[in-house]
Amino acid sequence: MGAYNTIAFDAAKCDGCGDCMTACAETKVGAGDSARSRIQIGGDAANGFELALCRQCGDPKCVSVCPAGALGKDAASGVIAWDASKCVDCLLCTVGCAYAGIALDEATGRVAKCDMCEGNPACVTACPHDALKLVTTSRIYNEVGNWEDLFAPGLAGCQGCNTELLMRHTLRRVGPDTVLATPPGCVPGMGSVGFNGTTGTKVPVFHPLLTNTAPMLAGVKRHYKRIGREITALAIAGDGGASDVGFQSLSGAAERNEQILFMVVDNEGYMNTGMQRSSCTPYGAWTSTTPVGEATHGKTQDAKNLPLIMVNHRCEYVATASTAYMEDFYDKLDKAIAASKRGFAYLHVYSPCTTGWRFPTDQNMEVARKAVETNFVMLWEYSRAGGLHFTRPVDDPLPVTEYLKAMGRFRHLSDDQISHIQSKVVENLGFVKQLAHVAKA
Amino acid sequence: MEQTKYLVVGSSHAALEALTAIRMHDPDGSLTLLTRDPHLPYSPTVLPYVVSGRSAPDNVFLRDESFFAAQKISLKRGKALKALHSSRNTAELADGSEITYEKLLLATGASPAIPPIPGIDQVSYHVLRTLDDATQLHAAMKASKQAVVMGAGLVGMHAAENLVKAGAKVTIVEMAKQLTDGYFDATAAALIEQAFTDNGATILTGSRVVKLAPSAVGATITLESGATLEADLLLVATGVKPNIDFLVGEGAAVERDKGILVSERMQTSVPNVYAAGDCAQAKSFYSDTKVMNAILPDAAEQGRIAGMAMAGDPGIKDYPGGIPVNTYHFFGRHAISVGLSKVPEGGEVVTRFDEASGRYLKVIFHEGRLTGIYGVNEFFDAGVMSQLILRRIDLAPLRERFLAEPMKTGREIMSRTWR
Ligand SMILES: Cc1cc2nc3c(=O)[nH]c(=O)nc-3n(C[C@H](O)[C@H](O)[C@H](O)COP(=O)(O)OP(=O)(O)OC[C@H]3O[C@@H](n4cnc5c(N)ncnc54)[C@H](O)[C@@H]3O)c2cc1C
Repeated sequence: MGAYNTIAFDAAKCDGCGDCMTACAETKVGAGDSARSRIQIGGDAANGFELALCRQCGDPKCVSVCPAGALGKDAASGVIAWDASKCVDCLLCTVGCAYAGIALDEATGRVAKCDMCEGNPACVTACPHDALKLVTTSRIYNEVGNWEDLFAPGLAGCQGCNTELLMRHTLRRVGPDTVLATPPGCVPGMGSVGFNGTTGTKVPVFHPLLTNTAPMLAGVKRHYKRIGREITALAIAGDGGASDVGFQSLSGAAERNEQILFMVVDNEGYMNTGMQRSSCTPYGAWTSTTPVGEATHGKTQDAKNLPLIMVNHRCEYVATASTAYMEDFYDKLDKAIAASKRGFAYLHVYSPCTTGWRFPTDQNMEVARKAVETNFVMLWEYSRAGGLHFTRPVDDPLPVTEYLKAMGRFRHLSDDQISHIQSKVVENLGFVKQLAHVAKA
Repeated sequence: MEQTKYLVVGSSHAALEALTAIRMHDPDGSLTLLTRDPHLPYSPTVLPYVVSGRSAPDNVFLRDESFFAAQKISLKRGKALKALHSSRNTAELADGSEITYEKLLLATGASPAIPPIPGIDQVSYHVLRTLDDATQLHAAMKASKQAVVMGAGLVGMHAAENLVKAGAKVTIVEMAKQLTDGYFDATAAALIEQAFTDNGATILTGSRVVKLAPSAVGATITLESGATLEADLLLVATGVKPNIDFLVGEGAAVERDKGILVSERMQTSVPNVYAAGDCAQAKSFYSDTKVMNAILPDAAEQGRIAGMAMAGDPGIKDYPGGIPVNTYHFFGRHAISVGLSKVPEGGEVVTRFDEASGRYLKVIFHEGRLTGIYGVNEFFDAGVMSQLILRRIDLAPLRERFLAEPMKTGREIMSRTWR
C-alpha cells in the first residue's frame, strides 16, 4: 500500500468566492447549486475560511461504521468510494466522520462525498487563487519504497539528524552498481565505513583522506571504465573536507571533468569532531572555535559559497538542495546521476545539524525549510546548456530572523550582526539572480 | 487441542474492528474468529433493508472469504461459544471442541429480549436481529394484512414502516408514553408519530400487552385496557439483552451488571478476557458510571480499543466513554440525535420548531459546552456534533451562531481543529 494524492486547502489564499463549490456541483449533479457541492467552504474573511471535504482517510471511520458495506477505500487510488446500490441511507457514515466529509445531499436524501473526480478534481481546477491544490502525497515514498535500502540498519547518527535520510535515499537512487567514497566526517561517523570489519553499506565503500577524495574516486571510476563496467562513482563528503582541505583536489577533478558525482552534505562546520568552524560556517555563528564571550561573538567572516565556485568550473551539473524539499532533491539527484556519466556533477545539500546548531531534535525539517523560506540558502541548478535557474524561487521571503531564532548558535547575535546577515542574504540573492539572468539572456 | 493467539467471538462491528486493530499491530499472530451465525459477517443495522427488500440478503456482507485468507484469519462460522474455562485460557464450543487462547475478545452483541407475557410461548412471532430473522420476516411480510409490532424503539419502528409500505394494516403497541422513548424527546416523537399515522399506522402508546393467545388469524393480543388486537404477523421488538449465557462455571467470574463490565481498555475482570460492543457495559462519557450504549459506532470504537489492547499496540488511547447517537430515517424524513437527552443540572435547553416545514431543533448546553443536539428534518453532521461533545469544545463565544446554523458552525469549528 502506498500513500495517495489529496486535495490540500490553503486557508490564507481562500477569499470565499465559492467557485470550487459551483464547479463541484456542476460536475457532480449538473447544477451550480453550491449547497449540493461535496466541497463546502465555510467561515468568513474576518476569522478565516474553513473547509468541509472528505480527507480520504487512511483508516476511515465512515467505512468502519457503514452497516451495508457501501463504503470502501480503493487500494489503488486511495479514494473512499461510495456504492449507491448498497447504501441504505441510514446516515451512519456521517456519525463516523469528524469533518463532515460525507454528508446528506438534501435534494436526493442520500449521502454524497468527494470522489476526487478520477484524479482531476474540478474544484482544484476552478480555484482562481491556488487555495486548493492537488498534492501528490508521498510520490517519492510510493516510488522508492520498494527499492533496496543499501545502508545497513541502525546508523549511529545524533538524534534528529537528517543525514541518514539523505544517505539512504541517495543510495537507493544510485542503486547497487555504485562505488562510494566517504571521507572523514559525519557520514563515516554514522557508520558508512562500518563496524567490526563489515561495511555499513551494501555497495563497495572506501574511506579516503579529506585531501584526496575526488581524485581517488576519479581513479576508481577510470579503472572501471577501462575494464568496461558501468558504475556510478559517488562521494558523500562534508563541507569542511570539501571546502577547506579537500578543495584543491576537488577543484582539480572538476576541472578535468572526471565522471563522478560529488555530493556535499553541508552542515556548516566540522560537526563530528567537536563542532569547529569551516569556511562554510556562516557569519555570526557560534562554533567551538568561534566562541561567544566578552571579546568574540561568533564567526567574523562570511561563508564561502562553494556551489557557486563549482559553477565557475563549468561542471556538467551543479545544484543546491535541501532535505526539506525532497522532491526537488530527487529531481536534482536524477540529473546529477545522468550528468556524472558525462562528466563532473556536483550536488550541495544544506543539512541542518541538530547537535552543532543547537535546536530541538524534532526541528530539523523546520530549520531546513526556514533557511529556504528566508533565502538564507537558495535552491537552484546549473548546467552548461541550461545555465543557472532557481528551482524554488521564494517570492515573498521571511525576514532572516525567522531562521536565526530557530536555533541556539545565533542566540547571541546583536542587532548589527543580524542586519549584516540580512544584508548578505539580499546581496547573495542579487548575485545569484544576476547569474540566472545572464543564463537566460 | 486447537490453539490461537487471539480468539475473537462474534462477527459483527465490534469483532471486525478488533480484527483490523490486531492486524495493524500484529500481522502474523494466529487469529481466530468464531461466530454462531452461519453467514459471512454482516450488520444487524442493515436488516430493516433486507426486510423491505431493498438490500438483497447476499449483498450485505461486510467481509468476504478472501479477506480472511489475506489477513490470515481462521474463520469459524456456525460455531457458538458455550463456556469459558478462564483458568486455563480455554473456550469451549457448543460442539464440545475447545480452543486455547492467549487473548480472548467477547464481541457477542445482543439478542432480542422476549418479555415474559403470559401466552408468548404459545404464539408464533418474529424478532429481528439476524439475517435469517430478516429473510423470514421479509417472506412473511408479503402475506400480512394486519400486523402488530410490540415496542416502538428504532427496530420496531423500522419494521413497522416496512410493513406499512408492504400494505399491511399496522398497529404499534408501546408501553412508554411516547414512541422512540430514550432516543427522541416528545416533540420529535410527535413528528415521527404523525408521519406514521399519516401513512395509515395505528399507534398505541402507554399500552401494555398482558396476554397473548393463538387465534384463527394468528394471535390475539390483549392489552391492559382490555382491548384486543388480531395479528397475522407479530413482531416482538421490546429491546435487547446482551449475549452472555456462556459466562457459566468458571466464566461466571467475569464481572457483569447489565452487560459485561469493562475497563477503559475493554478489559474484563478476568485476565486475558476482553469485551466490546453490545455485550459490554463500559464507561459513559458523562459520568463514571458504566452504561449499555448499544449502538453501532460505539461497538466499532470499543472493538478497536479492545483489539489494540489485545495486540499491545502502544498507540492505544483510553475509551473516552460512550455518547448516544442515532440517525433515523422514516418515510423520507430523518431524525438525528447526538448526546444526552437529559438536561444536566444547570444545563440550558434551546428549542426551535417550525411547524410549516416540520423542522425541529433542540440543543442542550452545559457550562458553554454542547451535551446534546436533536433534530428532525434539520440536518447536521452527527460526527461533527459528537466531536464537539467529546472534545468538550467551548461554544460559549459562538453560541448565537451555533444556534442559528448548527451545521455550518460545527463544520467550521472542526475544520479549525484540523489545521
Ligand atoms: C434492526 C436493527 C437496527 C439497528 N439500527 C441501528 C442504527 O440505526 N444505528 C445504530 O447505531 N445501531 C443500530 N442497531 C444496533 C447495532 O446493530 C448494534 O449496536 C451493533 O450491531 C452491535 O455490534 P456488536 O458487534 O457489538 O454485536 P452484534 O452486532 O450483535 O453481533 C454479535 C455477534 O456475535 C455472535 N454471537 C453471539 N453469541 C455468540 C456465541 N455464543 N458464540 C459465537 N458467536 C456469538 C453473533 O452471531 C454476531 O455475529 C440496530 C440493530 C438492529 C437489530
